Amino acid sequence: MSGIRSKEPEKFQQLQAVIDAKKGMKGALMPVMQEAQAIFGYLPKEVQQFIADGLGVTLSEVYGVATFYAQFVLEPQGEHVIGVCLGTACYVKGSQAVLDRLSEELKVPVGKTTADGKFTLNATRCLGACGLAPVMMIGDEVYGRLTPDEVPGILAKY
Amino acid sequence: MDLFRSQVLICGGTGCTSSGSPELIRLFEEKIRDVGLDKEVKVVRTGCFGLCEMGPIVIVYPEGAFYSHIKPENVDEIVNEHLLKGRIVRHLLCREAVEQQGATKSLDEVDFYKKQKRVALRNCGVIDPERIDEYIAFDGYKALAKVLTEMTPQQVIDTIKASGLRGRGGAGFPTGTKWQFAANSVSDQKYVCCNADEGDPGAFMDRSILEGDPNAVIEAMAIAGYAIGANQGYIYVRAEYPIAVKRLQVAIREAREYGLLGKNILDTGFDFDLDIRLGAGAFVCGEETALMQSIEGKRGEPRPRPPFPAVKGLFDQPTILNNVETYANVPQIILKGPEWFSSMGTEKSKGTKVFALGGKIKNTGLVEIPMGTTLREIIYDIGGGCPNGKKFKAAQTGGPSGGCIPASLLDTPIDYDNLIAIGSMMGSGGMIVMDEDNCMVDIARFFLDFTVDESCGKCPPCRIGTRRMLEILERITEGKGEDGDIEKLETLAKNIKASALCGLGQTAPNPVLSTLRYFRDEYEAHIYEKRCPAGHCKKLLKYTIDPALCKGCSLCSKVCPVGAISGEIRKPFVIDSSKCIKCGACMEKCRFNAISRK
Repeated sequence: MSGIRSKEPEKFQQLQAVIDAKKGMKGALMPVMQEAQAIFGYLPKEVQQFIADGLGVTLSEVYGVATFYAQFVLEPQGEHVIGVCLGTACYVKGSQAVLDRLSEELKVPVGKTTADGKFTLNATRCLGACGLAPVMMIGDEVYGRLTPDEVPGILAKY
Repeated sequence: MDLFRSQVLICGGTGCTSSGSPELIRLFEEKIRDVGLDKEVKVVRTGCFGLCEMGPIVIVYPEGAFYSHIKPENVDEIVNEHLLKGRIVRHLLCREAVEQQGATKSLDEVDFYKKQKRVALRNCGVIDPERIDEYIAFDGYKALAKVLTEMTPQQVIDTIKASGLRGRGGAGFPTGTKWQFAANSVSDQKYVCCNADEGDPGAFMDRSILEGDPNAVIEAMAIAGYAIGANQGYIYVRAEYPIAVKRLQVAIREAREYGLLGKNILDTGFDFDLDIRLGAGAFVCGEETALMQSIEGKRGEPRPRPPFPAVKGLFDQPTILNNVETYANVPQIILKGPEWFSSMGTEKSKGTKVFALGGKIKNTGLVEIPMGTTLREIIYDIGGGCPNGKKFKAAQTGGPSGGCIPASLLDTPIDYDNLIAIGSMMGSGGMIVMDEDNCMVDIARFFLDFTVDESCGKCPPCRIGTRRMLEILERITEGKGEDGDIEKLETLAKNIKASALCGLGQTAPNPVLSTLRYFRDEYEAHIYEKRCPAGHCKKLLKYTIDPALCKGCSLCSKVCPVGAISGEIRKPFVIDSSKCIKCGACMEKCRFNAISRK
């Protein structure tokens, strides 16, 4: 076994326990993948293969689901994941300008992680916090009623 | 249960949680204990009050004193003055709750709430959603008990049919008819599903119901299970709604403990249980066949209908799928009767509808109004109009499947059929207000960008057609529009509507068609005059300095990152538009309003 399997055996043990618990459940694939992502932070090929073997489905089926849903990521994410809401309410109140400013400050295009691995910058769908538009999230923290000029100050906190 | 003389209700919805309400709850509890009132005053963390703009919101009963924008440093004053001495802290009340003569208004007398009629939201902001006892105290699970002990499944379906309830997820299919189809299907195993994959941007009513009153949805699903003969349900909820997911989990656990879910409910022999499935961020999963694929753990791709889910749905068994808000109405209809429900609303749209009011509007938040209320009442009487004295331009409803409604149609009474007639649709209830600064071509582009991203790729009209439309719209907003583009958009729109597989594709052209219908002049200005009338599309903007207003202070030329501004001190400066990158820095810095953007 190569790569992360040998480096992080305890995470695979955790995943095995999840698979054992959910194996008999109808439609178990997505819940297992969601827990796998919670364990590993992303879904590398080895993890997908492990799930496929554990649930008795093909790797292509796991990969198909992983690439269909926005929640699943195949690459490691930054330490802090930034999600700028591009829902309609935020968009009409200027969230695009906030996103542009973040991209400029972090020197990273949307959807990518900074070279130092600190931030991943994402544009997200409506977060449902329209009363606070424009909104972004860094990890679980919500920042509302933003202006582009507040961006450097907020980033400096991390 | 203990009795308290006063209750402090603090909003624990997503909006107020983000503005710091968990800290307030902690501080109130601490302070109330400190002054020895903890046996007399109770702090309740509730669901959303609806007026997110004013958050965090704290309401003190029995007076109904409506405190807004409460900060941690205000807690002492409210506890000392109001709770200890019985004097309402007027300067912390929501502005609208204080009348000119100095009297105070209670919550339901404030303009924002006056025209509302709360049915689906009745418990939101009233009870603690994580305590089933509070739901039961407000007649919770009484409808389920009535159904199981006094009614046949067919009587339940007939009641829902007679009420005129239509699906609140968007399309407005009659709920009772849907239940009847599933009840008529013969099978050992049937399913009841709840669509809580609220995906329309700008819509958060389902989230608020789940956060504020999760038991109402659970009770309604059990009623639906009894009506169609199902003993298992699934709630498919967005993973992006962590508070809603947690409260659902708590509510399901409590309901099981109380014997309101599980085997032999209320000793009637009826079994029903529920599971939660988390959506993983795919808008198309709001489409019923795609949602069921996703619950099965597969890629959420829609499939052609028929067979309809009522015949062959989840795991190939007869299934009904209703939206959160639809379910939230059901227990009330059972308890108060179908006549009560159908007395509200218009001829073909009964009851109330929850809208999430957002965008360029003073009072953003959730409103529940009887069907037939006009847009003008919602936007001006409840919403307070556009802020900063800006002019209203359009209201967008129906999300990416809907359209933009112009000012000339503000007096349209809102119901399913009227909205479709004016080129939009009810959708799940997002209502985004746009003012004169919003470019309608760009809004159409924004929605097509969304659709292209969210198209599952299964059928070519949606996968390829929407992309072609987006490309044309991008060209137009970048100043590269050509004669014939509008006609191309119209042809593509017509063909996609006619040939796409599911609702997502069939309605994707609506934002373009409705803006073309009401704001064609904006498209023409972009294409033929290379001008964005709203002053939004960056590539079409031209910054100019008005020589009459310019004092020649040189500030603009100093902030210009590309050296496009030149001039002599104390004489009017000039912008070289061939160098200008239209960043707007000069306009922000000018102290004399001499720079304009057109």
